[in-house]
Amino acid sequence: MNKSLLRPGFLIPAVIVLVAVAAPLFSENRYLHHLMIMACIWGIAATALNLVMGYAGQVNLAHGAFFGIGAYTSGLLMLKLGIGFWIALPLACLTAALFGLLIGMPSLRTKGAYFAIGTLCFNVIVTVIIDRWEDLTEGQRGLLGIPSPSPIPLPFGLTIHFDNNMITTYYLFLAMLLVTLFITRRIVTSLTGKNFRAVKGNEELAASIGINPFRTKLIAFVTSTFFAGLAGGLYASYIGFLSPDISDFHVTFEVLIQVMFGGLGTMAGPIIGATFLPMISETLHALAAYRMVTYGIMLIVVIIFLPSGIMGGLKLLWAKRTKAKS
Amino acid sequence: MDLFLQQVINGIMIGSVYSLVALGLTIIYGILGVPNFAHGSLYMLGAYFSFLLVSAGGVNYWLAILISMAALTVIGMLIERIVFRPLVNAPHLNSFIAAIGLIYVIDNVALIVWGPDFKRFPPLYDQLYHFLGVTITLHRIIIVITAIALIVLLELFIKKTAIGSAIEATAQDRVGARLSGINVTRVDMWTLGLGTSLAAAAGALIGPILLVYPAMGGAVTLKAFVIIILGGMGSIPGAILGGFILGLIESLGGAYLTSNYHEVLAFGLLVTVLAIKPTGLFGKAH
Amino acid sequence: MLFQIIGLTKSFGGLTAVNDLSFGIEEGQIVSVIGPNGAGKSTVFNLVTGVHHPSAGRIELMGQSIGGLKPYQVARQGIARTFQSTTVFAQDTVFENLVIGHRLRTGSGLFSALLGSAREHGDCNKSMAKAEELLSFLDLERYRNEAAGNIPQESQKRLSIGIALATEPRLLLLDEPTGGVNLEEDNSLIRIIQKIKASGVTICLIEHKMKMVMDISDHVVVLSYGSKIAEGDPQSVSRNKSVIEAYLGPGYAAKG
Repeated sequence: MNKSLLRPGFLIPAVIVLVAVAAPLFSENRYLHHLMIMACIWGIAATALNLVMGYAGQVNLAHGAFFGIGAYTSGLLMLKLGIGFWIALPLACLTAALFGLLIGMPSLRTKGAYFAIGTLCFNVIVTVIIDRWEDLTEGQRGLLGIPSPSPIPLPFGLTIHFDNNMITTYYLFLAMLLVTLFITRRIVTSLTGKNFRAVKGNEELAASIGINPFRTKLIAFVTSTFFAGLAGGLYASYIGFLSPDISDFHVTFEVLIQVMFGGLGTMAGPIIGATFLPMISETLHALAAYRMVTYGIMLIVVIIFLPSGIMGGLKLLWAKRTKAKS
Repeated sequence: MDLFLQQVINGIMIGSVYSLVALGLTIIYGILGVPNFAHGSLYMLGAYFSFLLVSAGGVNYWLAILISMAALTVIGMLIERIVFRPLVNAPHLNSFIAAIGLIYVIDNVALIVWGPDFKRFPPLYDQLYHFLGVTITLHRIIIVITAIALIVLLELFIKKTAIGSAIEATAQDRVGARLSGINVTRVDMWTLGLGTSLAAAAGALIGPILLVYPAMGGAVTLKAFVIIILGGMGSIPGAILGGFILGLIESLGGAYLTSNYHEVLAFGLLVTVLAIKPTGLFGKAH
Repeated sequence: MLFQIIGLTKSFGGLTAVNDLSFGIEEGQIVSVIGPNGAGKSTVFNLVTGVHHPSAGRIELMGQSIGGLKPYQVARQGIARTFQSTTVFAQDTVFENLVIGHRLRTGSGLFSALLGSAREHGDCNKSMAKAEELLSFLDLERYRNEAAGNIPQESQKRLSIGIALATEPRLLLLDEPTGGVNLEEDNSLIRIIQKIKASGVTICLIEHKMKMVMDISDHVVVLSYGSKIAEGDPQSVSRNKSVIEAYLGPGYAAKG
């Protein structure tokens, strides 16, 4: 019975994926397509942060830096070396992961607030370097004209173009998001994922049963930075323009808030946060600075009254319902 | 040599301001365990309040500092009551996120009310003094002396008053303090007020030297965190010493090492120190 | 000799917590380390399990030195432990706690996870079988799906022993297994300890409750101020003059 395709754990995600796939067919609103593409990009970034923070318990506040490293790596490779998107993108992921390894090794020996602030400082350093190293990054002028993903040739002389085509771009990014989710799910439900949970739950106890806490955290950290790089690489190709702001710690906070809002340590939470928060923030756009005030208040209210985010609230409701039934 | 001495004096000046900000942050962390990320935004408010009082209200500068400190004490207490108290049993990450929310609120309210432009204090104590080839304005001397006076006053407040000793007891052992009849919730509130008033004083002191604008708190918050991590989170002497050290490193490093990257020296320093000693310079093992 | 400590010394700053301590544990025995508060018992456990590193001396498991290893490495050598304050993965279910305990005996890593390999599935099944076995061994079936943090204290104690047992250790270190539970619950824990011994696991435990120590130990080591003051079978130790003095104060032995 539990294996049935009708169980909620399978049915709900299946319906959501179907809706996500079908959505662009029902609307020609370009702005909506834009929001959906951005939801895919932030969805990948938030899922990645959730992996290290929600599952392995490490509050990494350098996420924006890894997003920026991914974005600039693919942007620079395509613009300055003329490398194609399909090579530049994996290189962006790997570069972000390499920096993740280099930063993770020293910083993961620290704990709690030390780790959080240490990684935040790293984030600031990365942004300043991108800002000042003008020979490489063009500094504040930014990188202009980053190409869209290169076309995918199909049999029978057909090709999928992504240039100026928001529908195909959306499907490409949605596919990337689904792959990210699939891999993340594989990891968190595996024995490796149990290691994450153990280290998050109690590092000392985890070590006493033979789990290497440092190695476990490093695996989570590097995997997370890999996908942060992926999100950054996709962003670069979609927006076509990069400035140092994209690696800023405000990006870190934005993604962090998406994760917390949706529900830390759940699969769906980061996606919910990444889809709806930017929408809310865009709707408030007309109000300029008022929007950020509203945003801030909303954040405080959510964290006080729904500390486990939307998903936490839903789970609570679900638990109450099933209890009432039995 | 002149340049060196000039930079040392600048370093001490900026360091004394860092010490004040970090001191406020560290006592809040020591009592509530909350890394109050909005600390710099409150410093910004302190600068604005005193600026408005002096330039628009024509209030005496010293009175303006006192009023800003009092106002920020109240705001700090309100923040404790409204934002941090409901989160007292939640994971610290939640208080941290709430503090980020506070930054959005405070900084943007400032932006709405006062606009994005940089504000400049009317000339105050800009008499110049020359000695040993160094030129220094009176205001800079005043900053250092006032900051040190405030640090001493804080020390006296903690050692000599009933509230102070309640704060000290709670910092050492929260459960024990509660068992011995101390109202730790009230201590939380007082501590946030106290810490915030120090940030306000720092903002009001440095305001006339730097410019006053809504986003002025961001970098200061981060530097204050660097200081209290290096000095040991919750440690008062660590924050004071760390503040002066960071001020000196920045001003000397900016002059001799790198001018392009001088504002990230603090962060580079922290990352390096943590890489070598994961518990900070004076931190104990967890 | 399964396990041996030779000349173990640990100083923190100027304070010597453990001083030139030597003792051994024969395979299949229950050995108790007793002593007044602050005698250095928990420090000995922390030294053995790699939480602290010895200032001097050797720690050997089956003739191999394990000094200087990190806690997770010590666990992999076959030494499991419980902590003085009951320690479980409070957010996870009792069953999950036992599954993760067996992680040490499974090799699947990140790539097995990514590929969803047969090895991963095999390891998962193996861990769950182990958890089932321990649930019944520890009589915890009824709490199976409860969050470990929500079950009664005494059951948490049993679970914490279960997590350690799930690593299939050669030597099990129990730090005050009956601390903080009442007399009746003591008996259930004692039965479990005896069952563990019967299953072939060697046990070393720290205890305060003398009656329990005398009842179940094969061998007793007495510490006072970091040094060994006596060692032997329970009867001889309980008659030892310096032991009585250490516990009850000087002069008491003469009067008694």
